[in-house]
Amino acid sequence: MTTDLGDPFAAPGTLTPAGAEPIVRALGVHKYFGSNHVLRNATIEVYPRETVCIIGKSGSGKSTLLRCINFLEEPTMGEIEVDGLQVKADPLHARSRAHREQIRQIRLRAQMVFQEFNLFPHLKVIDNLIEAPIRVKGMKRDEAIAVAERFLDTVGLREKRDEYPSRLSGGQKQRVAIARALTMEPKVLLFDEPTSALDPTLVGEVLNVMEALAHEGATMIVVTHEMAFAREAADRVYYLEDGEFIEVGPPQQVIDDPKDQRTRDFLARTLGEAHVHEGGVVHQPEPWSVHLHPDAGAAHPHPHDG
Amino acid sequence: MAGSLGEHGHHAGAAGPLSNTASETDIVEEIDRSRRRARSGFRITFVATWVVLVGILVGSLILAGKIDTTFIGLWAPYILGGVPITIVVSVASIAIAVVLATLGSLGRLSRNAVIYGIASFYVSLVRGTPLIVQLLFFYLALPQIWDGFAKIPVLILGIAALAFNYGAYMTEIFRAGIQAVPRGQIEAASALGMTERMTMRRVILPQAVRIITPAIGNEFIAMIKDSALVSIITVQELLWRAQRTGQSNFRTLETLLVAAAVYWALTIILSLFQERLEKRLRESDVRV
Repeated sequence: MTTDLGDPFAAPGTLTPAGAEPIVRALGVHKYFGSNHVLRNATIEVYPRETVCIIGKSGSGKSTLLRCINFLEEPTMGEIEVDGLQVKADPLHARSRAHREQIRQIRLRAQMVFQEFNLFPHLKVIDNLIEAPIRVKGMKRDEAIAVAERFLDTVGLREKRDEYPSRLSGGQKQRVAIARALTMEPKVLLFDEPTSALDPTLVGEVLNVMEALAHEGATMIVVTHEMAFAREAADRVYYLEDGEFIEVGPPQQVIDDPKDQRTRDFLARTLGEAHVHEGGVVHQPEPWSVHLHPDAGAAHPHPHDG
Repeated sequence: MAGSLGEHGHHAGAAGPLSNTASETDIVEEIDRSRRRARSGFRITFVATWVVLVGILVGSLILAGKIDTTFIGLWAPYILGGVPITIVVSVASIAIAVVLATLGSLGRLSRNAVIYGIASFYVSLVRGTPLIVQLLFFYLALPQIWDGFAKIPVLILGIAALAFNYGAYMTEIFRAGIQAVPRGQIEAASALGMTERMTMRRVILPQAVRIITPAIGNEFIAMIKDSALVSIITVQELLWRAQRTGQSNFRTLETLLVAAAVYWALTIILSLFQERLEKRLRESDVRV
């Protein structure tokens, strides 16, 4: 049931230049945690300037696949290719220096945004952003600061430049984390459930930033439970179940008109619960609605009183 | 009645929240005041209790009539002259121990079996033998292996032995502190393309230092007391001087009392410093 790479649904997004080659490929990826077979021959291709959402139940292997792409998890089998750099899974052999360097190069090109933000708490926002460009890419400090400030503008947090992360709200933290990833000027952004750790009222600001990035033509792979976001921002949606891709296609197809019964079941359950998040904006129940008629009980005389 | 109802309702609607707020502030302020009263009451009783207990302790010692206060007056300056040595020994030992513990903890976290082996051997050797045995080993046994050891000043030997010992205990403290840095930090660093060494130096250690610092304070306080052990290898610190004057004058009660009082005072002062430091760290933690 694994999606054939040649199938018509694998057509790239609207911003993708015609004839472009995929910039990210995960080919036949398997992942075992002990005897637990988490990814089963998962294959995904992402083209330049498209946004791909991976949806599926908790525990379906979405995050694991994403983490295999930048080798935070070592795939058990399969091959990862990012921007022309290929690394085959080779868990039996200790990683050679060259192999580690190859993985590091892939990580530079595929920057990840984590569910838990993972900002460096001992560094100010600006220092969080310039640390890797200076240390890893060897950028000059002035240059790194200029780049960092530009991306703080992108996420609308320039004024938080000199704050420590602990002074920021969850949504602000995640936007800083996005800016930190952007500062590395990657070829592709990997989002690992970026709004799942957020208070519902803060989800919108993060999704707005991500949507803007998607519309500007950033290449993004987003593992998410936010169907409204997937529908709005994704060029293609992959549905994953039990470590296998079940269905791939544009959101109008996969989300609104799924072909596979398993996708339909998943969406029926998810969308049934997701009515609170329409378009990333949270519908807040009016606090007074419960107490609309506080005297209602007293106003109606007890039927037996008459 | 029915006609005035609307007006009455309107009036209540406008004034209600205001008066409500006023009385709420009153209550909040009153609660605050009573809390502060309770807190200062606690402090006063606490200090008074201490004064009484110290009074009883000192008073009963003096009333027992066995203490020669003139003797104390005569020899106290000599005994107190050991305090700088006690402090030098403690500070030097803890400083070297911090270096040993940093290396030791990195070794205990190493994936290299040899390095891990060396670090765990060190910790096991030190923790498995009494400090006094280690101290005597440095002082008496090593010169038997190589007589050059006999020429090393006892002060240096004492510091070396204490540092060697504390380094091992602190290795485990440091290791726990490094491991307490959340895993996500390592992932974020490697996702940014940092090498392992860079991650350790720039991300993990700076955070581990904040976790470990209060524990180093505890160790330092313990070190002040354990430094008394170097008196047995004739380092002329506080306890050695107390013992020497006490034994040669058959006045050990007085001299040990002086020594004990000084150690106690030193640890109290250090605990106060430590409390402050921890408070500062906690406050900066909010900002961290």
